[in-house]
Amino acid sequence: MVDSLIASASVIAAAVAVGFAGLGPGIGQGNAAGQAVEGIARQPEAEGKIRGTLLLSLAFMESLTIYGLVVALSVLFANPFVS
Amino acid sequence: MFILLSVRFFFIFKKILSHFSFHCLKIFKRLKEIYMVTVLLSKIEVGSHFYINFSETLHLHGETIIVSALVVAGLSIFLALATSNLQRIPNPLQSLVEIIYELVKSIALTQMGPSYYSQFLPFIATIFLFVLGSNLSGALIPWKLIEIPSGEFAAPTNDINTTACLAILTSISYFFAGLKIKGIGYFKRYIKPAVFFLPLNIVEDFTKPLSLNFRLFGNVVADELTVTVICSLVPLIIPLPIMMLGLFASSLQALIFATLAAAYIGEVIE
Repeated sequence: MVDSLIASASVIAAAVAVGFAGLGPGIGQGNAAGQAVEGIARQPEAEGKIRGTLLLSLAFMESLTIYGLVVALSVLFANPFVS
Repeated sequence: MFILLSVRFFFIFKKILSHFSFHCLKIFKRLKEIYMVTVLLSKIEVGSHFYINFSETLHLHGETIIVSALVVAGLSIFLALATSNLQRIPNPLQSLVEIIYELVKSIALTQMGPSYYSQFLPFIATIFLFVLGSNLSGALIPWKLIEIPSGEFAAPTNDINTTACLAILTSISYFFAGLKIKGIGYFKRYIKPAVFFLPLNIVEDFTKPLSLNFRLFGNVVADELTVTVICSLVPLIIPLPIMMLGLFASSLQALIFATLAAAYIGEVIE
């Protein structure tokens, strides 16, 4: 009984972790990409530099989602509360 | 009378002591549980490993060690071949190595400044090449063709222990850099910009390697999981662009790991 409760709670927790972890970085990445496009439109010769910086910062934001994913994975596959 | 009193005190004392020790034991047990939980957390993994057992307590993750040794050997052979016969007009291999060198040098130079970068360039280059090589080895080499008793060969960076090792090496190296270049004045960094930032700065020393660790591990595992899930849904053609995206993302992760290691060292010696 307790184990099934923990299992169902873990599944919900994993879903919530990935979902909410995807929410914030999604908004942030959209903002960054929009600003980068604006910058390229204003100054097309700086495209290479902007692209490099954009990719690097996108990867940083991506890593926030990945933290959520790691939490979800640990809840699903290495759950410390299931004996 | 006095003896009676002392005996009574002795019993009360003993009772208190036993009570106390009982509580201590409980706290100790609780601590042990927490410790066990953290030990379990460090075993975040999907699927099973090919264990090499040395003794009762020492298990090695065989596939990780074998693949990372192969990666190191491959990189060493590649670099030795490429730099053994240097020429003014480079052959393709030498120009590839020159491109990698320029990239790593630009990372170190922008993060650490011109006066110190050359000391830490080998470390940054090693980390970059190892992470790049192991990420690409997981994606490019058809490991599935080789059968092992349990688990399967994959990128060594999809084991959290490899990435933790790299992250701890990074954090040791920035401590070393700070102590070497600034001497004992390095510890002034902890009370900047004000004294009450001390706990935050100490916590930061622990979160830096943790975030490096999780970033690399999570990205590699996420790539492999996405490819696996999509392959199980649609096994033809559709996974190919996802695999290309995975290749791109994993080489970007190598760049980011190297950049962050350089940035942490640069922040300390600034």
